[in-house]
Amino acid sequence: MGKSFLTYVIQRIAQCLLVVIIGITITFLIPRFSPTDPVEAVVNRAMMMGQFSHPDAVEMMKDALTKLYGLDGTLGQQYVRFWRGLLSGDLGPSLSSFPKPVMSLIRGSLPWTGALLLTTAIIAWVTGNMLGALAGYYADKRWSHVLSIIAMSLHPIPYYIMAFVLLVLLAYVIPVFPLGGAVAIGLKPGFNWIYISSILRHAFLPALSLVLVGIGGWFVGMRALVTNIVSEDYVTYAEYAGVPNRTIMYQYVMKNALLPQITGLAMQLGLIFNGALITEYVFNYPGLGYLAYSAIFAGDYSLIMGVAVFSIIGVSLAVLLVDLAYPLFDPRVKHQ
Amino acid sequence: MRGFLRVVADLYRSDPRCRFAFTAISIVIMFALMSFVSPQDPGSSYYAPPNQPPSVAHPFGTNSRGQDMFWFLTFAVRNSLVFGVITAILSRIIAISIGLIAGYKGGIIDRIMMVINDSFVVLPVLPLLILINFIIREQMSILQLAMVIAAFGWAWDARLIRSQVLSLKEREFTYTSVFSGTKTSSILISEHLPFVMPIVLSTTINNLLWAIGMEVTLAVLGLSNIGIPTIGTTIYWANQHQALISGVWWWIAAPVAISVLLFVALYLLVVGLGAYLDPRTRLQRMKGVLSDERA
Repeated sequence: MGKSFLTYVIQRIAQCLLVVIIGITITFLIPRFSPTDPVEAVVNRAMMMGQFSHPDAVEMMKDALTKLYGLDGTLGQQYVRFWRGLLSGDLGPSLSSFPKPVMSLIRGSLPWTGALLLTTAIIAWVTGNMLGALAGYYADKRWSHVLSIIAMSLHPIPYYIMAFVLLVLLAYVIPVFPLGGAVAIGLKPGFNWIYISSILRHAFLPALSLVLVGIGGWFVGMRALVTNIVSEDYVTYAEYAGVPNRTIMYQYVMKNALLPQITGLAMQLGLIFNGALITEYVFNYPGLGYLAYSAIFAGDYSLIMGVAVFSIIGVSLAVLLVDLAYPLFDPRVKHQ
Repeated sequence: MRGFLRVVADLYRSDPRCRFAFTAISIVIMFALMSFVSPQDPGSSYYAPPNQPPSVAHPFGTNSRGQDMFWFLTFAVRNSLVFGVITAILSRIIAISIGLIAGYKGGIIDRIMMVINDSFVVLPVLPLLILINFIIREQMSILQLAMVIAAFGWAWDARLIRSQVLSLKEREFTYTSVFSGTKTSSILISEHLPFVMPIVLSTTINNLLWAIGMEVTLAVLGLSNIGIPTIGTTIYWANQHQALISGVWWWIAAPVAISVLLFVALYLLVVGLGAYLDPRTRLQRMKGVLSDERA
């Protein structure tokens, strides 16, 4: 544990805080600089429902909403108030499920997204890299080519389309899996097999669609890395020296090839998170993505703000964790 | 231009991935171009019997609004492609400027730019786009949507371009131009830009792919201008009419199939181009050519 390790950790934490500050400032600025006022948008949408409202009532509604959304006062005052609310964990009430606070809605859905994202990201990363490394090491074998064709045709498919196709195929045409939700309706939460198996069965398709898209990307990257490393002199030397293939593969090749893939994981968490959001929407999975969709549907502006803010915080923290795990794999960080 | 054509021909010959990609992309572009000779306006409806399965008269069937899916999709694909290209060009302008300036200037400017850049790489874009589009979706044109998405799609590529410029900066020819009094802007544009063009090309295709996918995502959530036919809004309307439950599966299958073809083709082109530009595989390829000649 040298000094350079400490600098590394401090640097990473500072970068993480910066991402959060920049992201949340953007979230703060968007509604304030967009050509349409969010209050206007919500009021218009309410008026479109066809009810006639008295002009005075509309004015009062506008005033109330402006206050509720924290849009009164100067920009500086608003900004300070925004942060103060955020730091004390108060994001105001949700309009669509009034008077429930936005915070409690997010707290209810965050664990679902977190669990889904974490498991699928890890499964996809580990399997994608393992398969990719093997396929790269045996690059001229037939199965290696077949695997890369499969990976290359799975990876570019947008998460939404992958999720949708799986839903149609495995829940609708051949109904093996439930159409949506997180557990069977009416099931009591508890630590028993029926409950857990229901959770797993419901999570399977959303997880599968995230994993399939993810594996493809890691596979292609890893295969390319390993094919390049295999032609390096030190690998050829190890081969001539009679080092067993397994050892070359795991100790010499993979160790080096994994490093850019770890950085890649940190860089791509935001993208993977986007995928998880849209997948949740397809499967009615009760995480942040589904919450965002119901907020869009109900015109609940403060809830959308809350989802955006917590997405930024959640993803930045996850990236920080990956960054902090990096020195475990790269000894150079400690000894520089 | 001739050099460009030679590269295309080279890629077509040497790489089966690119061969597939070129063929598929040409098909999709031709399909989109057919919108100019379409007998039907995408805005009109009930000119054909609704909910007809695919047949000779209607190759992709008709939807519940009495529109011929084949002709309707020519417009949708064209709009999606135009949108993707505009987004890619706009975000390229940002990425190239930031990459060139940060890489060339170095020092504190580079540090500040890269910290902001890295934040944009990590930020989850979808929730922010949901927020923006939630507020202004009703009056958004294709160009405006492209501007919004481009504002979030440059960071990763800016970093790639910067890292190239970092090494170009130390080359002899840069010193020569600096000492002979060339302006910084013309060093960047006429000396460094040509070198980063290959990487710009491959990131452009990647960005195009990402942008079209993003449009599908936002449209499906009902967050784009649903009056404009695109791949995303076609799926949105099919979902709104519960196309699957009423058995009109071709309404969904047609846009999904075309977009999967387009996405896979564009991605294969990126991979093929990446391998073509990588000096190490280039060396292997030349060795292959040499041994072929010997045999």
